[in-house]
Formats: sequence, C-alpha cells, structure tokens
Amino acid sequence: MRTNYRWISDVSSCCCLCFFSVSPEQIKNLHKRFQQLSDNEETISRENLEKIPALANNPIRKQIIDAFFDKRNQHQNEVGAFQEIGFEQFLMVMSHFRPPTLKTTEEEREAMRKEKLRFLFNMHDTDNDGTITLEEYRKVVEELLSKSGAIGLEAAKAIADAAMLEVASTNVPHMAPDDFYEGITFEHFEQILKGLEMESRMHIRFLDVDTMTMRCGKSKS
Amino acid sequence: MPSRTGSHSPAGFGKSLPERGLLLLMVLVFLEGSVLPLGAASSPDTSHQTNLGDHQGTHTGPNSTKKPFPVLAVEYDRVQIPFEISLWVLLASLMKLGFHLIPRLSSIVPESCLLIVVGLLVGGLIKLAGEEVPPVLDSRLFFLCLLPPIILDAGYFLPIRPFMENLGTILMFAVVGTLWNAFFIGGVLYGVAQIQPANPSDLHQLELLPCLLFGSIISAVDPVAVLAVFEEIHINELLHILVFGESLLNDAVTVVLYHLFEEYAGVGTVTLLDGVLGVISFFVVALGGVLVGAIYGILAAFTSRFTSHTRVIEPLFVFVYSYMAYLSAEIFHLSGIMALIACGAVMRPYVEANISHKSHTTIKYFLKMWSSVSETLIFIFLGVATVDGPHAWNWTFVTVTVILCLVARVIGVVGLTYVINKFRIVKLTTKDQFIIAYGGLRGAIAFSLGFLLNQDHFPMRKMFLTAIITVIFFTVFVQGMTIKPLVELLAVKKKQEAKRSINEEIHTQFLDHLLTGIEDICGHYGHHHWKDKLNRFNKKYVKKCLIAGERSKEPQLIAFYHKMEMKQAIELVESGGGVKLPSAMPSTVSMQNIQPKKPPPAKPVERVLPQLPKGREEEIRKILRSNLQRTRQRLRSYNRHTLVADPYEDGFSDLLIKKQRMVELEKKIKEMSNYLTVPAAPPDSPTMCRARLASGRDTDFKPAQQQKGNKKCSDPQAYSMKPVSDSVPTIQVDLASPQSPDSVNLLDEFRHAGQQQPEVEDQGLMMKPPSGPSGPNKPREADEARDQQKLMRCLSDPGPSADEDEDEPFLP
Repeated sequence: MRTNYRWISDVSSCCCLCFFSVSPEQIKNLHKRFQQLSDNEETISRENLEKIPALANNPIRKQIIDAFFDKRNQHQNEVGAFQEIGFEQFLMVMSHFRPPTLKTTEEEREAMRKEKLRFLFNMHDTDNDGTITLEEYRKVVEELLSKSGAIGLEAAKAIADAAMLEVASTNVPHMAPDDFYEGITFEHFEQILKGLEMESRMHIRFLDVDTMTMRCGKSKS
Repeated sequence: MPSRTGSHSPAGFGKSLPERGLLLLMVLVFLEGSVLPLGAASSPDTSHQTNLGDHQGTHTGPNSTKKPFPVLAVEYDRVQIPFEISLWVLLASLMKLGFHLIPRLSSIVPESCLLIVVGLLVGGLIKLAGEEVPPVLDSRLFFLCLLPPIILDAGYFLPIRPFMENLGTILMFAVVGTLWNAFFIGGVLYGVAQIQPANPSDLHQLELLPCLLFGSIISAVDPVAVLAVFEEIHINELLHILVFGESLLNDAVTVVLYHLFEEYAGVGTVTLLDGVLGVISFFVVALGGVLVGAIYGILAAFTSRFTSHTRVIEPLFVFVYSYMAYLSAEIFHLSGIMALIACGAVMRPYVEANISHKSHTTIKYFLKMWSSVSETLIFIFLGVATVDGPHAWNWTFVTVTVILCLVARVIGVVGLTYVINKFRIVKLTTKDQFIIAYGGLRGAIAFSLGFLLNQDHFPMRKMFLTAIITVIFFTVFVQGMTIKPLVELLAVKKKQEAKRSINEEIHTQFLDHLLTGIEDICGHYGHHHWKDKLNRFNKKYVKKCLIAGERSKEPQLIAFYHKMEMKQAIELVESGGGVKLPSAMPSTVSMQNIQPKKPPPAKPVERVLPQLPKGREEEIRKILRSNLQRTRQRLRSYNRHTLVADPYEDGFSDLLIKKQRMVELEKKIKEMSNYLTVPAAPPDSPTMCRARLASGRDTDFKPAQQQKGNKKCSDPQAYSMKPVSDSVPTIQVDLASPQSPDSVNLLDEFRHAGQQQPEVEDQGLMMKPPSGPSGPNKPREADEARDQQKLMRCLSDPGPSADEDEDEPFLP
C-alpha cells in the first residue's frame, strides 16, 4: 500500500527524471532479455526461467523462480502465485535489487531495507502466514546446502535448528520451558539481519537505475 | 618536538600513586636499557684488553706463574647484541603494558604518539649520556625484521570479502592516488625551489628528479601508522578497508617510483622510454609480488595438508613460508608487501581447514604478538632516530612539504572519488572522503626509504630526512590524535562489534546465490556470476588438492556451523562445563522451545521417580559432576613432540557426546511419557501436532493444553537446559532406571576417552562396568561413582586436588 502511494506521488516528478537518466537503455536491455527469455511472447512462464542454463547450478533456483511468480512481490496486496508474468511484473521483482544512491535519504533507505527484507522473508515464508516456522527454515537451509550431497542434508537440520534457537533467544530472551516459539516474524527477521546492511548489499549492478525511473518504465509499459 | 614531549609526560605523571610508581619503574627500565649498553660499550675495551693480556701472558711464557682460575668473569660483548635486542623488546613491551594500565591516557592519545614520545625520551637520555645513539631504525633491520610481522598479520587476517568487493576503489586510490601525490608534491616542490627569493638559499640546488623521488617517498600512506590509528577508532569496515587496503597496495607504486627515480637521479634525465619501462616495471613488481606470494601460499596450504601427525610445527609453516615469500620477492625487488599479503590471504582458508584448532590459536597469537611488538618497536625507534638523525632544518622546505602533503591528499581523494563514484554502487559520501583523506598517515616506511638514500647522490638527504620526519610526526600526532574526535563529531558509522551469527551467515550465503541467480536471469554476467564460477572451481579442484580429508567437501555454511559449535564448546569447557547450550546467548530458550513438540504428559511423573532426599541427590550430583569434569583435566605425561593435552578438543568431543546423550534422553523421555501417560495417541499424533504448529493460529485448543503443561512443567521430567538447574541433567533418569543407557554412557565416555589416548590405555584396564547389581539403587550409584573415581585416580596425576578432597567423604 505504501509503495503504491509513493508511486502515485512520484509520478509527477518521475517523467522529468527519465530524460537525464541512463535508465531507458537499461530498461530496454531488460526488455530485450525478457523477450529473449519468453521467446518473444508477452508473458514469461516458469518453464522459460527454468531453461536458463546458468541457473541450473544454483541451489536455490526453485525459490528464485518462485519469487518471480509470487504475487506478494508485486506490492498489490495480493496473495498467491501467477502462472505467467508480464514485463511489468518482471520489472517489479527486479526493482527489489536496486541499490541506494547518494541522494537516498535515511527514511528512504529504511524503506528500501524493509522492502528488500520483505522480499527475502516472502521467499522463506512459503505459506504466507507471517512467520517462518522451523519447518520452513529447515527447508531453506536444506535447499541452500542441496548441492553438497549427503553431508549437507544432515547438517542442514542442525544448522536450521541452531539458527532458529538463535533467533528465539535473541528476540525472546526469556521463555518458560514450555513456551513455544512459533516462528520468525518479520520484526524478528529484521532484528536478526540488522548487521547485514541489506539496503546496500542486496543489489545488482545491472539495475543501477533510479527508483523513480524504474516506475516510469512501469507507467509507460 | 621536545615541547610536545613536555606537554605529554605530565599527563602521564599526574595519575594515581601505583600508576606513577609504574611509570617510574619504566623510566628506570629505560635508564637501564640505555645506560647498560653504554656501560658495556665502554667496559668491553678494558675487559677485553685484560683478557688479551692474559692470553698473551699465558702464551708467551708457559713457565710463568699460573694465574688462579677466574671464578667470576665478565664478558659482556659476547652477548651484547642479543642482550640489547632483548632489552629493546622488553622496553617496548613494558611500554605497551604501561599505557594500557593508564586508562584515560590511552583513550585520549593514540598509542603510536606515546611510543614516539618514549622513543624521543630514550634517545634524549642516550644522547645526554654522551653516547652515540645506535642506528636503530636501520633500513635492513626495518625491512627484514620489523615490517614483515605487521604485514603478515594484516595479510593473514585480511577481511577478504570487503577487500575484494572494493578492490577497484582500493587500487584506484593506491595506484593513481599515489602517483598523483608523488608527482604533484615533487613537481610543486621543485617549482617552489626554483622561485628566486631575495636571498639565495641551498634550495636552488634541488633538481627535479630528487624532488620527485622525495615526493614518491613521502606520498605513500603507511600501513603501520594506519593500522595503529585505525584500530583504535573502530571505524566501519568499508572505510577501514579502503584506507588500509590503499596503504598495503601502494607499496608496488612506491617501490617502482623509488627505484626509478633513484636510478635516474644520478643520470639526470628520464626519457620517454624510461617512463614506459617504469610502467612495465610497475606491473612486473606488483603482479610478480602477488604471484610469488600466491605460490608460497599454495605451497604452505599444501604442506599443511600433511601435518596432522606433527601438530607442534604446524604454525611454523605459516610463518616460514610467508617470510620466504617476502624475502623471495625482495630478491627481485618485487613488492614484498604484496607478496606477504597475497601469501597470507591465499593460504588462510586452506590452512585453517587443515590445522588443529590449537594451532590456529597459536598462529593467531603469535602473529598478533609479533606484529604488536614490531609496531611498538618501530614507533619507539622512530623517536630515537629523530633524536639521533642528522638534521638540516629548512623552514621553507618543511612547511611547503607538510602543506603539499595535505593538499595533494585532499585533491587526490576528492578527485578520484568523483570518478570512482560513477562506478560504485555504494557511493562514498563526503564524510567518507574526508576520513579517507584525513586517514592518510605517513610512517616509518617513508623514513626507512629516506634513510636508504645515498648521501653522495643526494646531497639534500639530511633535509629530506628532516622533512620526512616532520611529516610523519605531523600526521601521526596531529591527524592521529584528532581523527578520533572528528569521527565522533561527524558521526561516521562505526564498526559493529557483534559476532557473526549463524543467521547472518545463512543469509549471506542465501544472498550470494540469490544475486547470482538474478544476474543469470538478467543475462548479465556481473561479479556475482564470476565469483560463483570461482567458488565452484575452488570447491571442485583446489580444495581437493589442498585440504586433507573430508573437510574439503564441506560447504562454507557447514564449516561455519562447526566452527561456531566448536567455539561454544570451548566457552562451555572454559566456563566449567555446565550443560547449558550456547553460552553466548544468556537466555532460557532451549531447543524444546522451538521444536514442534507435544505438551508434556497430563499425568504427573513423580511416581516414576523414586523419592530421593534432596541432600543425597545433591551429593551424587556433585560426584558425577566432578568426575565428568575431570575427564578433561586429566594430564598426560610430557612429551616434547606432541602437545601435552588437547583439552579443547577433548572437551569438544566430550561435549558432543554429552549433547548426543541429551538428544537421546530427550527422545527417550518423549517415548516414555508417550507410553506411560498417553495410552491413546490421537491428540498427540504427528499429523495433529504438525497441523497445530504449522498454522500456529488455531489457538482455540492449544492454550488449554499449554496451561496443563505449564502446571506440570516444574517436574524434573520436563528436562530442559535451564541454567539454574544443575549441570548433569541425566541424574534423575539414572536413578530412576539403573539399566538405562545413560548410566552406561558415562563409562562409555571414559572408554572412549581411553581409546583416544593409547598411552594410557594400559592403565585404563581399571575401567570396567560395575560388577553386577548390588542391591538398591543408591549403593550401586555410589559404587559406580567410586569406580569412576578409581578410574580417575589412575588416569589423572597423583597430585592432590581440591576436588578429590571434596569427594573423600563419599568413598566407602
């Protein structure tokens, strides 16, 4: 909702920014790539993404592809999954990977951090109940270690358990022996990843584009 | 400078009495350190002569009267050099010790400044005594002995990730920045020298090439000074690695410029060809240094693969290979600093996987110790050399140099950042630029290079040295002392002290893969893509060659997890071995709080447990606990070639066993309670359970169950790792069911420990399970305890210990 609001408010100023920003080429590049992936179709499907050869070795390939088709990442307050996504949605997912600029104010940075963390959180929280349960977390770690064979699978459970324990004990330091920590909420998620400086770390060089222009591309398309 | 010392030392003396006493002691130590050599310097002549005389006497006349055998002879000069070295090192270490005992002083003045002041004092004392100041900061000594430990320490513990992520920026500052500084300072100095003032001065003799040489010496940021100051201000990682990385990598530029200008200063002209050769030489020096370092690093890693049987010399390989890399690079005038950095950085991941934990600690401590002693000595020597050095003070030259250094640095940083920011994603703010510019400290490397200059080729050497020293003092004192308040004033982001958590590690990995994946989807091969390729190559081929055994296949995350587990185990062992999970997290949260589990049995469990007097329970607990601890404290016979004992590793395996046992126990309790109390499973059936936990919202029936659970949770059966409870959670069950696997486990553990140490196995024959059940539970338990104590007796040293006394009353 917030993003939508900002988007509307930015529309007035974004068009002028479009002119002296490099983004049109980048959006064009992305569009070219999009068409290449979709075989010149309007939309892209899972199979298209699964065919990318470089992704084959990625241990979290499935989650990455899922994220593209997750309606939660479109900021429309919708839940569920698309079967196919258009360029607009594709860009929207990509926009999570933009870096902060020198002009970004503190509040914007904070918002950006939240947005990026939310993206990660959604990747983990597969059933969209607002918490990452132990099951889900174990799954994440398992996927992460899925390329390392049997040792990985064995260790994954222990690691996820230790990580969960850590989250529980940093966020709820005192629990009676019988309390049950149901899972990582978004607030706790934010708390434990405070040290990672997500806003400046989760970015891709290719998308060195202003936030506004990114939305411009959207409004044009 | 003397005025500055005057202003500082009162600050040191105006302290409380013990501190003052300590300082006095230190002054005495210097006196000793400086006067003793002097006394020695004069005494050897006499003693030597008498010795000679004796010899002559005995030789010329074998018939002459035999002198009585000298009961006590003085022969100082035989030990003079090592003795004096030891004295200097002792002085340096005591100084370091002293500063940290004075709390307020070290927070105001950086250590480096204080050490220079000490050096000045010592030099002054030596001079006052009318003796010749030893050439302490001799270039050979500096480059061959003092510098390598510091650089190796920096290279081995180089934070690779931020370093590689900012490599472009660092190289830009190190190469282009240093070149700009050198040429700007040299050029403008030459210009200034050519200005014709009313009165002719000796500045006019200055030619362009010596000026440029001077510029290249003075322009390089010094890693020693930067480290000394930046370690104290705890600046954020990015700025630290930018300034520090620059100071490390600019060595190649400095080496090339230095040799180039020194070579041609005699000739007088530099042609274009020489310039081109210089550029080529730069690449050769830099890349050659890195290559030499990498080769030695790989060799070291490969060697460490085979050291599992001779753990004692493991750390040595790290040091020797690195030093060899440094020396080999110096043979060819390659950049020794870059070789050391490359060597340390390349070998570290593999060496760490191969060597034992203890060796790793040893390496860490040795490196830190050497580098800090070296650093201390360098600063003290800098002070001494200042007192000693042949000075030629030229106001114009010195002032212009200092100002130029500042101006060139600022222009260089601002200009380069402007360019760099176009390519950087995390931009450098104005504050960052200021700190980078302000952190450009000069140090002892510049001094040593200046010291190396040949007086014949460079008649202005003295003036150069004076100017270099002034710049060093200016940067170290003025900038070094003001940078800390400035950092606070500007609210520059500080370093986070927190340790890396497992969650952060998971997400770092996750992010790496995610970004690689997104890049792949974009069809853009950015640095994540290449990093991923490199990682895969590393995993597939390099690790297999360089890392012994299973660990080569271990993914990073698992390695991290093991390391963390190890660290916790060590903390646990050191803290006395309570069965408390992660002691880093002082909380009551335990595995069972997050584990999807069913509520505790509805029926009380008391009837399962035999009623046991509280006091008795306590006693048994004590016995068991002390025995459990003793497994680790056992000493083995001393052997020069193996480490005496590996308490950490023993403790670790110990802990793992304990942990394992706890898991088993937990399982058993679950089973037991299942069996005992819930004859009809339905409410606890796994599917129900999962449904409730997964959705976590159907609170309608859970609270009831949880409340029920809460009522019962205080019983010992609700086995938890509460810190308040005693460290041996297995006792209750031991008593409850003597045949339970846990009571056997204890002995298993000893057997296991015995197997680990073959040298005590023969004595380990005492280990045998209790000879059959002998009546009720309690005697049996005591029997077991005694048995174990017997075992302990023969395993441990015979010396009396407090624990044993404590145990005495329980022996039958």
